[in-house]
Amino acid sequence: MIEQLPAIQLLLTLLAAPICSMLRNGDQSWRLATLVSWASVAVAGALLHQVWDGNEISYHMGGWPPPWGIEVVVDELTAIVLLLVTLFGALVMTALRESLSTIMRHQRQSLYYTSFLLCMASLIGITLTGDAFNVFVFLEISSLATYTLIARGRDRRALTAAFRYLIMGTIGATFILIAIGFMYMLTGTLNMADLAERLPEHRDSRVLHASFAFFTVGIALKIALFPLHYWLPNAYTYAPKATTAFLAATATKVSLYVMIRFVFDVYGVEFSFQQMQLGTLLVPLSLAGILIASLTAIFQSDAKRLLAWSSVAQLGYMSLGIGLLNLNGLTASITHMFNHAMMKAGLFLALATMIYRVQSSQLTSLAGIGRTMPLTTGAFTVLGIGLIGVPFTAGFISKWYLITGALDKGWLPVAVLLIASSLMAIVYIGKMIDVMYFKPAPEEFSNVREAPMSMLIPCWIFALLTLYFGLDTRITAGLAGRVAANLLGAS
Amino acid sequence: MNHTLIYASFLTPLIGGALLVLLRKNENIRDAVSIITATILFGIVLCLYPTILAGNTPSVTLAEPIQGLGLTFTVEPLGLLFATVASGLWILTTIYAIGYMRGANEPNQSRFFLCFAISIAAAIGIAFAGNLLTLFVFYEMLTLATYPLVTHKGNEDARRGGKLYLGILMCTSIGLLLFAVLWTFQLTGTLDFRAGGILQGNVSPTVALILMTLFAFGTGKAALMPFHRWLPAAMVAPTPVSALLHAVAVVKAGVFTILKVVIYIFGIDLVAETGAGNIALWVATFTLVAASIIALTKDNLKARLAYSTVGQLSYVVVGAMLANAAGIVGAAMQIATHAMGKITLFFCAGAIYVATKKTEISDMRGLGYKMPFTFGAFFIGAFSIIGLPPMAGSWAKWHLMMGSIDASQWVIVAALLLSSLLNIAYLIPVAARAFYMSPEQAVNPGRTVIEEAPLFCVVPLCLTAAGCILLFIFGDALDHLIGLIPLTRAAP
Amino acid sequence: MVTGLFNYWIVVILMMAGLYIVMSSGHLVKKIIGLNIFQTSVFIFFISMGKVSGGTAPILKDGISVFSNPLPHVLILTAIVVGVATTALGLAISVRIYEAYGTVEEDEISDMDKENRQRETSVSTVVLDKQ
Repeated sequence: MIEQLPAIQLLLTLLAAPICSMLRNGDQSWRLATLVSWASVAVAGALLHQVWDGNEISYHMGGWPPPWGIEVVVDELTAIVLLLVTLFGALVMTALRESLSTIMRHQRQSLYYTSFLLCMASLIGITLTGDAFNVFVFLEISSLATYTLIARGRDRRALTAAFRYLIMGTIGATFILIAIGFMYMLTGTLNMADLAERLPEHRDSRVLHASFAFFTVGIALKIALFPLHYWLPNAYTYAPKATTAFLAATATKVSLYVMIRFVFDVYGVEFSFQQMQLGTLLVPLSLAGILIASLTAIFQSDAKRLLAWSSVAQLGYMSLGIGLLNLNGLTASITHMFNHAMMKAGLFLALATMIYRVQSSQLTSLAGIGRTMPLTTGAFTVLGIGLIGVPFTAGFISKWYLITGALDKGWLPVAVLLIASSLMAIVYIGKMIDVMYFKPAPEEFSNVREAPMSMLIPCWIFALLTLYFGLDTRITAGLAGRVAANLLGAS
Repeated sequence: MNHTLIYASFLTPLIGGALLVLLRKNENIRDAVSIITATILFGIVLCLYPTILAGNTPSVTLAEPIQGLGLTFTVEPLGLLFATVASGLWILTTIYAIGYMRGANEPNQSRFFLCFAISIAAAIGIAFAGNLLTLFVFYEMLTLATYPLVTHKGNEDARRGGKLYLGILMCTSIGLLLFAVLWTFQLTGTLDFRAGGILQGNVSPTVALILMTLFAFGTGKAALMPFHRWLPAAMVAPTPVSALLHAVAVVKAGVFTILKVVIYIFGIDLVAETGAGNIALWVATFTLVAASIIALTKDNLKARLAYSTVGQLSYVVVGAMLANAAGIVGAAMQIATHAMGKITLFFCAGAIYVATKKTEISDMRGLGYKMPFTFGAFFIGAFSIIGLPPMAGSWAKWHLMMGSIDASQWVIVAALLLSSLLNIAYLIPVAARAFYMSPEQAVNPGRTVIEEAPLFCVVPLCLTAAGCILLFIFGDALDHLIGLIPLTRAAP
Repeated sequence: MVTGLFNYWIVVILMMAGLYIVMSSGHLVKKIIGLNIFQTSVFIFFISMGKVSGGTAPILKDGISVFSNPLPHVLILTAIVVGVATTALGLAISVRIYEAYGTVEEDEISDMDKENRQRETSVSTVVLDKQ
């Protein structure tokens, strides 16, 4: 049983998805989906426990040994991303029923949960697999599920947002496919461990260079790295309510995981950073992304769009950490991957909870909501403080490592810019909190009630986790530090 | 035991705050909760004295998320002094605030008392912070918790004041202070407050100078010019807020931070050797005089007191930057004695407002006959601020003077003297004029009846006025406590 | 050179043509067609890669010793399925867009969205002014 855990992790959600689609009753499928996602959390927890001491689990699908069979590899980095996807997915799922009940008929709901589970399953798949082509397939499944999820938004602009994302996402994924093709051409294998072994001898081959270029652009599209972030704000803004929380937490983070895996493990640190100079590309772009997106966020009048722009900026932090290429920087990236997923999912969820009551995400309709929905707004405030990076919240930990990483490199201006961007975060989060607490509520919303428990509790779990991971960093920064040391040491 | 006390000192105001929100339905019970919480907190702080006087510094670490950076509380003499001042005056202010808020019929009283409690918790956190990072967090928490208090009135003025308040304090603390903190960590690998400082041997004189300047300006709460504008802006708040927070907790948190940095991060030897404090020293000296001159021009009583506070805070900074024993003692004393004096003055200003709705000094002619207790207390408070014996302030001024003489800074000696004269010029007329006849009284002498503010307002201000005198008499106790602050590196 | 790498030249031409259509065309359905051409080029690329000159289909039979690499074919089967799914979804969304907007021209859609947005922001400024 224990040795089958990696397979169970994937199959739970993957098998539950079609069952869900057959259920006519939305509530039933919600129950199934929630149960399954929490079970996945348990499995992810068990996996994390197993690899805690630096063990690596290698599981052979169907008993076929690699390189013929498909290998599933679980190491510490995998485990932390699995926990991220399942835990935050499950929390959002728990809150989803109330959120959906107002906008969808029962049968439609079942289909919605199906897409949600499929998305989760494929994200788990991407994380688990040790096979390069599988990464592409799961990436496409997750993208397809995501497009449908986004297209279900109430506003018709959700459709155009989904369409745009579809075009960009498909191009990105196809680029990755080309990159994988080139690698296969050189080495004749698709197993990532094998690739890592064989690629170095081709390091001067132009084919490999082309492969790397295609991969970088493709994955940057998926991560929404500045300046390829164009699809993200609209997609997040118009996706239906709580869905945004799930997407913001997982989709881009898993893509980032793919990038880390390929750049560090498959292509190798030396090739990626010394020969191809990935760092010189990532650092300025990330910095520009951080500053421009933060600045744009400040001027948004729609709360969801504001948070979406903030996501673009925060993704910049993560890629910057990779670009720094030192222990602290990479630790920051991985930690922030987890922390930001948690905080942004929480923020979007809290926002969804408010929107559930006031039916609009314009800042003006959220005015004064701190008085009518104090508990939700309280959670939102805690999460916002975390996002800003106030010490002893989760956001601080990752920012601290990032700034230390920049200073380790002796890049004082980068550190200064990072602090400046934190100031901008204060402005845009402060702007929202100011509106929520200190502006008078519009008349039609003056007797809005507090949100239902099933939404409120997940929000507060997110908020409390933000505080908890600001104090206890064994799972986040501690683990990330070991992972980073491994990744860098592998060169 | 001590650990429990430290936790309790921080949690008591928070629990009290939660309780008073739960009990908000009944005003009397709610306000009773406030007073009881304040008293318990003061008791807890007093319980810490025996340990400190025995020369111990108990310390607890709540969590250590990053190697070398924990959420740590350490009780040491200076912090205990600050905590005592803040918690002790909180009791009086609570009593006063109840009278004031009811007398002035202010709305949202529960929110007011809640934020008040959180602010005190933050102030205690600052006082007992065991490292710079913990201090920084509570510093920011204090800013945020006081923001709703500043904007309490909710009108355009209050919002504008609040924006300035938040803007200046946040920008300086994050832009400069946080940067200085990070830099310090980068240089030394620790942020702990240690006797004799942690920077010794890690910095060149230039870096020390830049760092100290960053710290001094980054601590916006210390109101060094040009970052002093938030303090007058914050005067839109109800008077109890101005009294406790903008005469005691917030501003004292600022200068307390600077003192802590000088003593426990730099170490006074380092400051004295490298002249790291020079820029801050001269800016503070300038602020000292300039703020007093501006205060002279203000007719609004609270504005005048605000500028007076700006000036008086610079005394502490000057004392810290002089970096000798007498200067430090003077600075620490100034924290306590100025708190006592200034809160008296603010209580008086509030009492006048509640009783007569008057805020301009020129309107107060003749009020002294109506409100003899209030204006009597005002005299005492003013004398203490100026530094005339037998009021508490005289000790602080005396030590500061000695400190600047020790450092042979004759310009500063002159500035201190000049400032004292200016203090007399802007404070004494306020009270004196109140005892002049107003025109109608001149016509009808003897018809004036005593119409004091509510008892809840008058009693606290009489108590703090008495405190000004008591602190003078028991100055040696204060001296003893401050004498326990370790100024040099402990022998290994 | 040209004849030897004939397949790859075709791949490049198709890929560029596909990408160009995706970027330049404002018609949503045409965009999807472009996307398809783009993906197809990659499929051809993979298939060409697996070709061993002189090899036949990989069937276990006497006399066959040289055969093409079957793995790329298998991979591309999967990729084609994915591509079909993407196309289907893209078309479905286009239909929904047509229902919602009455057009599938991107320019017109973004014009309509812009108006929408202006209305939203003007509403919110009015509300702010009231306050």
